[in-house]
Amino acid sequence: MTVLEIEKQLTIFEKGEAGRRAFVAPQLDVPDVDPRELLPPELRRSEPAALPELSEPEIVRHYVNLSKRNFDLDSGFYPLGSCTMKHNPRLHERVAALDGHARLHPLQHPRRAQGALELMWRLERALSEVSGMPHVSLQPSAGSHGELAGVLLTRAYHESRGEDRRKVLTPDTAHGTNPATVTMAGMQVVKVGTAPDGGVDVDDLRAKADESVACLMLTNPNTLGIFDANIAEIERIVHGVGATLYYDGANLNAIMGVTRPGDMGFDIVHFNLHKSFTQPHGGGGPGSGPIAVTDGIEPFLMDPRIVRGEDGTFDLRDGSPRSIGRLRGFQGNYGCFVRCYAYICSLGAEGLRDASVTAVLNANYLLARLGELAPLLPLAYGHRCMHEFVLSGAPMKRELGIRTLDLAKRLLDHGFHPPTVYFPLLVDEALLIEPTETETRETLDAFAEAIRAILAEAADDPEIARTAPHTTPVRRLDEAAAARRPVIRQVVHR
Amino acid sequence: MTTYTAVTDADREAMLSAIGVSDVEELFDGIPAELRLDRPLDLPAGLPEQDVYAHLRELAARNVSSEDELSFLGGGMYDHYVPAIVDMLMERSEFLTPYTPYQPEVSQGGLQVMFEYQTAISELTALPVANASVYEGPSAVASAGYLARIANGRSRFVVSEGLHPHARETLRTYARGYGAEIVEVPLRDGATDADAWGAALDGDTCAAFLQNPNFLGAVEDAEALAGAAHEAGEDAVVIGSYDPIALGILRPPGECGVDVCVGEGQPLGNRLDFGGPSFGFFAATEEHLRRMPGRIAGETVDAEGRRGFVLTLQTREQHIRREKATSNICTAQALNALGGVVYLAWLGREGLCELGELLLQRTHYAREALCAIDGVEPLHRRPVIREFAVTLPEPVEEVVERCAAQGVNPGLALPEHDALLVAITERRSRADIDRLASALEGSLA
Repeated sequence: MTVLEIEKQLTIFEKGEAGRRAFVAPQLDVPDVDPRELLPPELRRSEPAALPELSEPEIVRHYVNLSKRNFDLDSGFYPLGSCTMKHNPRLHERVAALDGHARLHPLQHPRRAQGALELMWRLERALSEVSGMPHVSLQPSAGSHGELAGVLLTRAYHESRGEDRRKVLTPDTAHGTNPATVTMAGMQVVKVGTAPDGGVDVDDLRAKADESVACLMLTNPNTLGIFDANIAEIERIVHGVGATLYYDGANLNAIMGVTRPGDMGFDIVHFNLHKSFTQPHGGGGPGSGPIAVTDGIEPFLMDPRIVRGEDGTFDLRDGSPRSIGRLRGFQGNYGCFVRCYAYICSLGAEGLRDASVTAVLNANYLLARLGELAPLLPLAYGHRCMHEFVLSGAPMKRELGIRTLDLAKRLLDHGFHPPTVYFPLLVDEALLIEPTETETRETLDAFAEAIRAILAEAADDPEIARTAPHTTPVRRLDEAAAARRPVIRQVVHR
Repeated sequence: MTTYTAVTDADREAMLSAIGVSDVEELFDGIPAELRLDRPLDLPAGLPEQDVYAHLRELAARNVSSEDELSFLGGGMYDHYVPAIVDMLMERSEFLTPYTPYQPEVSQGGLQVMFEYQTAISELTALPVANASVYEGPSAVASAGYLARIANGRSRFVVSEGLHPHARETLRTYARGYGAEIVEVPLRDGATDADAWGAALDGDTCAAFLQNPNFLGAVEDAEALAGAAHEAGEDAVVIGSYDPIALGILRPPGECGVDVCVGEGQPLGNRLDFGGPSFGFFAATEEHLRRMPGRIAGETVDAEGRRGFVLTLQTREQHIRREKATSNICTAQALNALGGVVYLAWLGREGLCELGELLLQRTHYAREALCAIDGVEPLHRRPVIREFAVTLPEPVEEVVERCAAQGVNPGLALPEHDALLVAITERRSRADIDRLASALEGSLA
């Protein structure tokens, strides 16, 4: 191991020396009052927080070196299914950093934040058009937060009608946030099965849909990358028992400008601005999860709402009598709104449709390129896909003795981020691949070739994949040990 | 073709032929015809980059930012100086563009940042465990309530009115969902009324919520409030929402009997951004570790014995536990938390204290300066660190407008108290405070 490698494994708390600093406090320019008079000792900290002590160059070098131990979308292909890792235009960072956006205080009077409110209003209108739903709230902070809003709205809607409905139907292909949200909202999860064609098992749905059901949460196209063609029938069943239909927008990137949740009969939709609308994922956030709703749900939307007056000025309106209230502070993740609005301005109506069409084209092309490997990695459901598809590694495991996880780890050695693995849960050895529209044909070809090469190599010597990765900054990590004896912070020596 | 896609006509032809269809529209055959949108989306046509820039710049110009006026706005988000290295590191592709670190071998950078961030939050709060961030402050308070519900199964929340109004509203929204009733305790002379607090607490109390310094800027006696809550019910969960900057000099929650400390992370190196994205921090005592929401990074070793980091304790989380998860949170605020830990490293051990002491002095000076004006009185006389409230002899919203006309934003109007909430950061010098005082004086008839 080189000196640099050893150095890189130290945390910032293990570096530096007492007395080093990067920050110089502004001068005390007011009369110096005895600090104990201003804050008595019993309310004071007795020992400084044991933060690091470093000079600015040390801090910069530490974090720049750490950054080099990350794989990122700007460097390479990142076909992580259900996450929509599309290119993040740098223009968005530039406009979001303008003082008028970045340094605008959230409690600035609306009269002096007209540009921000207009931007939010325009984004609401655009999302309304894309989803085919009349009303939008930008407030939720991420998809899961939008889901919570949606389930609470459903509950408020039923309660306003004097009905105490607590069951929420979720397909067994659903993202884990769906059932977790249902519980947090005080509701009860009822699973619905998947039919052999990959869609909702309509008979199972019909059997479970009754007057105690509040809602069906659905993604369409679903997590298998399949558009559920029975959506009209599903809508009739769900609305037939007086329940609401919730659209998880995780897969909106397949259908922008092609079809709309509102036209399919959904009542509540959430968007993931960090998926379909290019907010950078940031290594795990920030995201943004606006929701759109029908007229029937609108009275219950979160406060505050953005309103446009007759004179064309914008305001924030609080205190809607039937609102479920707030889900967070202030107006939502405005910095994300700026980026996503810029994206919509760049693409326009045609560009958004083209993005979805190209995403679907790229996914089907990659699926076709991987077709020759179907005996080992068959498509789990159907024969084509929307913007993503699920392969099953079960035959590969049986024939070659390597698991989906091994294939994923070996892809790292080829310079690719692996697809999502072991999700959705109902596919054995699942591999969920979403290439997105911003990748070139050459990249898709190279990725298909890497998978072919890994399988060929495994036929010769499966051990190479089983012990992969071999070229990354660290090798496979012992996750079991980490969970057994959790070490989740540095023990700092004072 | 847009500039963000790369499919030429030749590409498309080759790709369609590989797929075995003749037209790209055939790929959408699975969508019933009656559900297809038979018109273009009703949105403006796309614009070239320079035009989008001009449009977004024009919108920005119609906002009055904290660079455009002398602003004393606070109330949960604060105009601290963000050092250049924070911007530089948050803009690096390697931090900006990856997803959640599901493949730890190629995510050691992000995972180690989370580990360091967790350590910094633990040190700041004097609580042993911290997660890798939640959305922001008020929803962190509500998430802490869910933790308390899971911890002791009870459902009565006692909530100080010193908690930020948005946090109280958010808590109410969440509590209607997961099932908890809320009893609010009023303030007296700016701080939580100890008698009313004691009277509201009982053996049925699930959790007790306080904020320190509270919404009116007053430093609370957290130890006494937490003590009373634990006396009423030993396993009641005391939840404190803290200002992280104040923790440079304020007695940390872990030493006051607070079980879960949450807060708005924006003051730590994050921009105002009209309210987000920022991050929420979340720290707790050891016993709550397995009930924490969100991602947690942990240290481990690789196959060759080298030190490394992974996401850990994932059996709490939605993607494993589904309806039994301790939270539904998935994407949180990793990039903003990076800004937070870089900022704390930049301030350093001494710097955070020095910043706190400076704010203490300037805030005291500002309170004295404003209260020297005829008719302006302190709303309370509790100790304050970086924010205080004064009552005005005239309708506060009108006074704010008169000051704003002079390029001074004097703070947040609290019409229900006839008061003005004034925040001081290290960016507001004595001269700035003097200018505020004269603008305010001139705005009073």
